[in-house]
Amino acid sequence: MERFLFLTFDGLSRGAVYAAFALALVLIWRAARIVNFAQGAMAVATAYAGYSVASATGSYWLGFAVAIVAGLLLGAAVERVVMRFVDHSSPLNGVVVALGLVLVIQAVLGMLYGNEYRPAAAPFSRSAFQVGGVALLSRFDLFVFAAVSAVVGLLGLLFTRTAVGLRMRAAAFAPDVSRLLGVPVAGMLTLGWALAAAVGSLAGLLVLPTELGLHPNAMDLVFVSSFTAAVVGGLDSAVGAVVGGLVVGLLLSFVSGYLGATVAPMAVLALLLVVLLGRPGGLFTRGRARAA
Amino acid sequence: MSALLRVQELTAGYGAAPVLHGVDLTVPAGTILAVLGANGAGKTTLLRTLSGLLRPTHGRIRYDGTDLRATPVEQMVRLGIAHVPEGRGVVTELTVDENLRLGGLWRRDRADARRALTEVYDLFEPLARRRHHPGHQLSGGERQMLALGRALVGRPRLLLLDEPSLGLAPRVTAQIMALLRTLRDTTGLTVLLVEQNVRSALSVADQGVVMSLGRIVARDDAASLRADADLRHVYLGF
Repeated sequence: MERFLFLTFDGLSRGAVYAAFALALVLIWRAARIVNFAQGAMAVATAYAGYSVASATGSYWLGFAVAIVAGLLLGAAVERVVMRFVDHSSPLNGVVVALGLVLVIQAVLGMLYGNEYRPAAAPFSRSAFQVGGVALLSRFDLFVFAAVSAVVGLLGLLFTRTAVGLRMRAAAFAPDVSRLLGVPVAGMLTLGWALAAAVGSLAGLLVLPTELGLHPNAMDLVFVSSFTAAVVGGLDSAVGAVVGGLVVGLLLSFVSGYLGATVAPMAVLALLLVVLLGRPGGLFTRGRARAA
Repeated sequence: MSALLRVQELTAGYGAAPVLHGVDLTVPAGTILAVLGANGAGKTTLLRTLSGLLRPTHGRIRYDGTDLRATPVEQMVRLGIAHVPEGRGVVTELTVDENLRLGGLWRRDRADARRALTEVYDLFEPLARRRHHPGHQLSGGERQMLALGRALVGRPRLLLLDEPSLGLAPRVTAQIMALLRTLRDTTGLTVLLVEQNVRSALSVADQGVVMSLGRIVARDDAASLRADADLRHVYLGF
């Protein structure tokens, strides 16, 4: 029972990060109908930028802020310089370009920082509180929950309560009509990429301290888990991404806890396969596939 | 009366084959021009070219002293040009209220944008009742009201209306035509009204042009066009 509780909380904590990363994938999917396979590499690149600043200044939070801002800029740049020129007649084109971007980013990071693991700092203690003799949650876990909840809440407010959010949704759903109504559609697309990349950066900062550390390939497995989470949720649904993230987090935690860590990646792939075969539209598409 | 819109030798189309072959048009300010013709005559293409969704390969478009060929689509609404596309103008994923607010987001005068929104709700009572329903739940008539209402929130000077009567009950069509006449008389609105429903279009229009295969084949006062039996028979089918 203790073990079950521990694995549950551990799974939810991991799942929260997958949820944030899946949310970033959903943001770009909804804005541009592209699955951004480069998102993991982009998040690592901004984490390195934050790491450089943090080591130079000794301030974790300054590095944190730099990484998020770098995410905004990198996302905007990727859309403006690369994705805008992708021919969208076949959905595969965007995927291939994104995979190419992964190779470029990882190669550049390898040249700049080398291919050894560097320690990724956590801003709070990762040792868990003892509740009734059971280790459940650490301060860092609480920070993860708070940060992800804040991002989900703020994005929700942005899209449903603000003029910019309304413009972004309209531009994604009906570009021509939106342009006739004066919406700068291209700018909204850039903004969508910037926001998504910043959310991806945040997810990277939250997950890297729990993994082996900073490395150009450090987000590869996280990407697979988060992509699965987004597909479970249906790619179009923000709620689906969050639920999908938590489901994948729990699955990974239980499988590695009871069956062994080596089996865990296979469990994620099995889940992806089951969802794609059984409900290719995801679990949250019926009726609200294209809802706000 | 001075011309608000002057189109000269306009040629445009999709790919290599032009749909419009040298169209000339003059629309005086504060008048309604009916653009008539059968399916495939180029009426919708004409509107799309005027609002910048389609770029002409040849010809000139002058609007109130501005060259529209050099104007980005996003700027048209700021010049006072509202294009209500045929049938599909409503963003069906957004609610009625969101669609209407979208029509006024570009405006700097926020207070007047809110006033215009209230006016549209007063004008189209069904929209007020379905304020928070998503667009895909609306009937055809309600969608048409929403698309037109959204254009009016921007307080346009030139309205490009594509088939507003499409799929509407005759009573609703008559309401919309009466509304256009009222707006012309009270606010000086200028309208380019593309219609298959010739009778109702000519009942409200000041002038009319008849298009066939991308050319204008007749132009006259609306009353004369109504009376011209040969023209009606050959091009308009009634």
